Amino acid sequence: MRLFRLRRRRSELVCREAVELVTDYLEGALSDADRTRLEGHLAACPHCTEYLAQMRRTLAVVGRIEPETLDPLVQDELVALYRRWQT
Amino acid sequence: MVSSVESYASWSIRPRAYRSPLGIRCGTVEDAELVTRLRSGDEDAFRYLVDRYHCSLLRLAQTMVPTRAVAEEVVQDTWLGLVRGIHRFEGRSSLRTWLFHVLVNRARSTGVSERRPTIGTGPAVDPDRFGPDGGWVDPPVPWPDEVDDRLTAIQLAERIRPRIAELPAMQRQVVTLRDIEGLSAEEVCDLLGLTEGNQRVLLHRGRSRLRGMLENEMGKA
Repeated sequence: MRLFRLRRRRSELVCREAVELVTDYLEGALSDADRTRLEGHLAACPHCTEYLAQMRRTLAVVGRIEPETLDPLVQDELVALYRRWQT
Repeated sequence: MVSSVESYASWSIRPRAYRSPLGIRCGTVEDAELVTRLRSGDEDAFRYLVDRYHCSLLRLAQTMVPTRAVAEEVVQDTWLGLVRGIHRFEGRSSLRTWLFHVLVNRARSTGVSERRPTIGTGPAVDPDRFGPDGGWVDPPVPWPDEVDDRLTAIQLAERIRPRIAELPAMQRQVVTLRDIEGLSAEEVCDLLGLTEGNQRVLLHRGRSRLRGMLENEMGKA
């Protein structure tokens, strides 16, 4: 009985564990066995599926973050420095 | 050759129009061409590079040194490093990655860089949201479809941008380089001197926090 439970725990993920595998999953860094376990969990768990979808959307949003706009004065100053560095 | 002259002539007039986040062909002036021009002291080539990378460099510098003023010095130093070192540039990496390398070295040599070796642990999601069996008791609420709209995504990105600063320094560095600048895992490991495993742990913590921030933003909407 105890052995059975251990084996079950090894093969089945719970949600708390699944969310910790999301980045490795997206990075393609999971072993085949772990990937299969995670995909098995996702197929049965709409909440973790939503979590993964949110992580993908988070990356899409974060990818749209622009750096601040370059102040033309800073650019001119740097070009002036460039001129000095050249000599 | 005519097209190259044309694109070159356009930089000084409206370099911003040539800025392309997707790296569309017309927006990318080849590194090799830039290097040649920089070596001959071409001011427009330098201006173009400043326009393209200065703010990204400043953003990265701010994750590595404690104040904006020091970050600005570090970036200026990086540009000087480019001018002094361009003759040694061998093109093994992109010019951008090379600039990042110069920047990281300069930031670390200030001696005030926040380089704590701690990778940091902690769960991706508040443990209170799971029950004793490890299943969700407070599951993520589905986000509205508008999140996928370009304009909404841009608005959300603007709201999240200042909050990146809340991430611990190394998570911020990794997330900035991977998810905002779009560098590969390998480039980031090389640049920051991280193992692949540590890079992924930092990325995981950072991304998890950002998802949580967005989740809060959704709650406000």
